[in-house]
Amino acid sequence: MLALLWLTPALPLLGFVILFATAGRLPASAVAAVGVGSVGLSAVIALIITASFLTTPPEGDFYRQVLWRWIAIGSFNPEVAFRLDPLSLVMMLVITFVGFLIHLYSSEFMAGDEGYSRFFASMNLFVAAMLILVLADDLLLLYAGWEGVGLCSYLLIGFWYRDPANGAAARKAFIVTRIGDTAMVVGLILLFTRLGTLAIPELMERAPQAWPAGSATATAAAALLLGGALGKSAQIPLQTWLPDAMAGPTPVSALIHAATMVTAGVYLIARTHVLFELAPAIQLAVAAIGAATLLLAAFSALNQHDFKRILAYSTISQIGYMFLALGAGAWTAAIFHFMTHAFFKALLFLAAGAVMMCIGDEHDIFRMGGLWRRLPLAFASFLIGAASLAALPLVTAGFYSKDMILWGAWTSGRGGPALWAAGLIGALVTAIYIFRAVFVVFFGEMQIAARSRYGWRIAVPLGVLSVLALGGGFVETPAALGHVEAFSRLLEAVLPTQREVAAAPATQATVMAIASFAALAGVFIAYLVYLRRVRAATILDTSAVQRLHRFWLAGWGFDWLYDRVLVRPFLWFAQLNRDDAVDAVYDGVAFSSRVSHAYLSRTQTGRVRWYAGWLVAGSLAAIAIAVFA
Amino acid sequence: MAGIPLSHGLLVAVVLFALGLVGVLARRNLVFMLMSIEIMLNAAGLAFIAGGARWAQPDGQIMFILVLTLAAAEVSVGLALILALYHRLETLDADAADKLKG
Repeated sequence: MLALLWLTPALPLLGFVILFATAGRLPASAVAAVGVGSVGLSAVIALIITASFLTTPPEGDFYRQVLWRWIAIGSFNPEVAFRLDPLSLVMMLVITFVGFLIHLYSSEFMAGDEGYSRFFASMNLFVAAMLILVLADDLLLLYAGWEGVGLCSYLLIGFWYRDPANGAAARKAFIVTRIGDTAMVVGLILLFTRLGTLAIPELMERAPQAWPAGSATATAAAALLLGGALGKSAQIPLQTWLPDAMAGPTPVSALIHAATMVTAGVYLIARTHVLFELAPAIQLAVAAIGAATLLLAAFSALNQHDFKRILAYSTISQIGYMFLALGAGAWTAAIFHFMTHAFFKALLFLAAGAVMMCIGDEHDIFRMGGLWRRLPLAFASFLIGAASLAALPLVTAGFYSKDMILWGAWTSGRGGPALWAAGLIGALVTAIYIFRAVFVVFFGEMQIAARSRYGWRIAVPLGVLSVLALGGGFVETPAALGHVEAFSRLLEAVLPTQREVAAAPATQATVMAIASFAALAGVFIAYLVYLRRVRAATILDTSAVQRLHRFWLAGWGFDWLYDRVLVRPFLWFAQLNRDDAVDAVYDGVAFSSRVSHAYLSRTQTGRVRWYAGWLVAGSLAAIAIAVFA
Repeated sequence: MAGIPLSHGLLVAVVLFALGLVGVLARRNLVFMLMSIEIMLNAAGLAFIAGGARWAQPDGQIMFILVLTLAAAEVSVGLALILALYHRLETLDADAADKLKG
């Protein structure tokens, strides 16, 4: 059964080829059947493979499928091979399953759009590329998938290309991630030249033998890979593209810019965790960047008016949590949070998309209000997603994964309590900003009429994802609450478990209680400020707070900073150099040719006798040289 | 004939060649220029003959026959060109045919 593995990426790829080749000539129902069906079949196959993998685990807990040899140049023989182990299994399941639900949702959400076929072609290509990324056995193939998802991200952000702003957002996403990708390519070259292979298992085997812990080369390699991960996963300092990426259709934001693609960086670091363990400085940097990003993005999310931008900043913030976990060495926690985050963030985006569709594409949350009575399903699913994001204790999936991260941060050797504190403040702010959205959008006075209704193709994904956003966390619970360890035992074969800490269960329970309290306090604060509008909330209207609000609304001024430091000097220089200094060399050649031509053409008198005279002089000179030299 | 040294034959050839060259460069009449070229060709032929006689080889005479045929061909083409030019320009002045100047 495991031999079916190649079909999981191949089916969406086939769907893409069909939709691309027919170029919109198929009727909409056929497009939906191909687009949704291919990913659906892929999800079914992924389920079959998972069942087979779990019931009869292959030897060594991994399955390797070689499709063909890519190229053979001397000792460089990369193969197109897939590797199924627990880590890629989890990723594959989430991608195909959440991907299928989002495709199903899109088939209704995008109905009537003139680019219906183009949309599903790009989405199918994305799923195929993402599966290649996570299944690749070789960093080169991984990189091919990596660039493939980048391309699809670009195509889908600029999906409504008639608006130049969308095109600008797409280019921004592409260029900013390119900065990270360049670092990653350099890292790959470094790994290949030093270790002589790009196959991931061999790399992870040879790296500890070749380099001692903390060696300069290992640090450089880890730092360069981290660069790629920062770009793709929108972490500081390359996070500015993600809020603008919301220009794409909402299902795109749900699938690519929340659930799957942006977590590719997390996957990359988890996959190459051996390298990061060899470079403790870089691993600490991962944790620090994660902590900084989660705080920055959470405060920005608190100040957004645009429904989707709240969720975009929230995504950056949650990936910050995953980076924090990776940096703290809680590898399993990062992947666990990736999974629950995929569920609840996709749910939040889809519910928000359903709301915005029903009220005529209004994005400003302050023009909404009181929608819970009109759109009960969207409200219920958004509430569930919000509860899971805010990590409300006991009943939500987000609680268990975030708790695991916070516990991992607390017990990590390096800067544990500081990282934990950052995560805790982040948890509080997370609860405030997402329940701010809940209260402003769904409660209060009704300000806008909900026009259309949604059909089953939107309702079913919302329902299924709601169940997952609540129940997805019960595969791994802390010691104080049942002590289920199914998830970490599954990943044991790939990711090292965090070393046992001699901490009493009481400590763990206390830490957990504090985090739970922070989440509940956040919800309560949001309730007081945005629903009850207590008098103390008028402090928000003072000018100092307003200035801070504008600063956070603009994402801590990163766009402003990059515009001043990078974009404008570049444009100024381009303006200055519009006649291209390099061209001066070639212009000089042309100029000297023209001048010599002007002089030499005077010798062309047209007089035969004159020519004959020169002929004689030239012959005499040649003879003289031959004779006397 | 064997009494004439090689240097005398070559000297005559050089004088002839120089005369022809001066004729080409100094004369403006195309017919005279053509005749001067003939003199230069004959000077070259004389040099071949003198060389052939000096080393008692037939090669010099063979080369002279070649030069003669060449001169005949050259004169026929040259006269045709001169005729065509005269029809066009109504003069035999070589300097008047300077349409190709740069």
